[in-house]
Amino acid sequence: MYERGGEKYFVVDEHTHFWDASPENWVKGQEQYAKGWIECFHAYMGLGPPETHWPLEKFMKYSAEDYERDVFEQGHADAAILQSTYLRSWYTTGFNTTEKNAGLMERNRDRVIVNGRFDPREGEAGLKQLEEDAKRYNLKGVKVYTAEWYNGSRGWSLSDPEAQVFLDKCQELGIKNVHAHKGPTIWPLDKDAFDIKDVDIAATRNPELNFIIEHVGLPRIDDFCFMATQEPNVYAGLAVVIGGLMHARPRFFNRVMGELLFWVGEDKMLFGSDYGIWEPKWQVEGFIDWTMPGTEEYSDYPAVTTATKKKIMGLNAAALYDIPVPEELRLRDETPAAREDAQLVESG
Amino acid sequence: MTATTASVLDALAEVYDPELDEPITGLGFVASCEVSPEGDVAVALRLPTPQCAPNFAFLMAADAREVVRRLPEVRDITIRLEDHYTGEEINTALGRGDGFTGAFPGETADDELASLRELFLRKALVGRQSRLIEELFRRGAKLDEVAGLTVSDLPDVRDAQRCVELRRRLGLTADPDAPAFVLPSGEPVLAGELRRWLRTARLVRMSLEVNGGICRSLLRAHRGVEVDDPEEVVLG
Repeated sequence: MYERGGEKYFVVDEHTHFWDASPENWVKGQEQYAKGWIECFHAYMGLGPPETHWPLEKFMKYSAEDYERDVFEQGHADAAILQSTYLRSWYTTGFNTTEKNAGLMERNRDRVIVNGRFDPREGEAGLKQLEEDAKRYNLKGVKVYTAEWYNGSRGWSLSDPEAQVFLDKCQELGIKNVHAHKGPTIWPLDKDAFDIKDVDIAATRNPELNFIIEHVGLPRIDDFCFMATQEPNVYAGLAVVIGGLMHARPRFFNRVMGELLFWVGEDKMLFGSDYGIWEPKWQVEGFIDWTMPGTEEYSDYPAVTTATKKKIMGLNAAALYDIPVPEELRLRDETPAAREDAQLVESG
Repeated sequence: MTATTASVLDALAEVYDPELDEPITGLGFVASCEVSPEGDVAVALRLPTPQCAPNFAFLMAADAREVVRRLPEVRDITIRLEDHYTGEEINTALGRGDGFTGAFPGETADDELASLRELFLRKALVGRQSRLIEELFRRGAKLDEVAGLTVSDLPDVRDAQRCVELRRRLGLTADPDAPAFVLPSGEPVLAGELRRWLRTARLVRMSLEVNGGICRSLLRAHRGVEVDDPEEVVLG
């Protein structure tokens, strides 16, 4: 919980990691990819305030204690969701596995939620694993990372028939939140690899599932907004928007938030810090203090209210994950955000 | 006259990042450029991260080769993409003068990446037109006047010139009496549609500019490269 200016905010950090990218975990012969990957992540940390930067060595592998302090004690989170990304082509025991995440959940039963993952290219074995993970970790969500390399393949698509089998399985297992992450990516080689059309198709086919698009489809925010306007079950994950822009590019941050509020609406936007790419503390505190400037440039974006911030900071994610919110932290007046304007505007 | 570093850099300024619609020179993607007394040119390109999309990386490297090739008195040309996950494949193909399928045999059928290029030329046109209209508003134009303008009415600014270039590349007319603002299909933006169209165009523009901003931020954080970036607005 974060208290500021007499208001209390329930904080759910919907996008956090607990990875091991240390050199001991690099796959032999694939070191350049394993090293390149984590160095690229580390560069993103450079977009946050300098006093929050870590040396690369710590960034490659941080401890459970680091996580608990940064996310909960200093980062104000009431609950945090750990996302799983395997990347076993590059990291021997996986980059950020469900199993490793579950270790953190064991220590923090009341406040850590672990999301699983699936990869349709793993076929029957993958389905069985998803089923086991769902039961063992009580999964309510999965992260899908379509750019992952696997057995010579450089990626997959959520609209593949093989992927639908897994989405059906998610429904059967009570997994209702699918966090889709596009890029940094490679495949498909001759098309726009960041294209989110496959999420659009999957969201239409699976109206019972929620699709949270991480980092709002960056670098395709425009395509994402056009899609989210039309698909009631598509949500915006704000990881990278807050971490990557609020400090480094404040004017872009205003514009991105304005467009997201207009096209997607405050009921479908979720705060995620992307820890350990960035520490949550400065993001939570900065976002609560942030105001849309009153100048002409931003004049026709929707108003940003305390309720807007409460929803984005935690209440929206709490609803998706059935996280109980103390009475005093709920909104008194539940009025949905108006999105009629956006619905009138067609894509193109 | 032999090519010089300056003339090669001038030529490279005509190479645009297709995804951002900005010259690679302004984005800081040219890591080095050397010209020998005999006219051998060696250009190294460096993108913000090793994971930047290989297709766009290939297009920029191939376009760089093409603009240098057109210069007089150039002998050998070596274009190298540095520190990239598919750099080896791309550099080998470029060295052989191969297209995209030569770089990734069996993984792609589109040698020229034509549809990818076209998709982003369309986005660029939408984004540039949005910026141009805002410039017109700043100069006092009213919404209902803008829809009636023709290409010849446009001010002599870079965005207007680029819109004409983009239209020609897309096979759309850009004659002086053609409508100033068009949909990616080439149809004019009608007066009654303009307000709504602007709303979507502004989003496309924001997306392109924010991506350019993130590229610059990463180049600075990852590679220590400082690039021009006044007021977070894309220029050039």
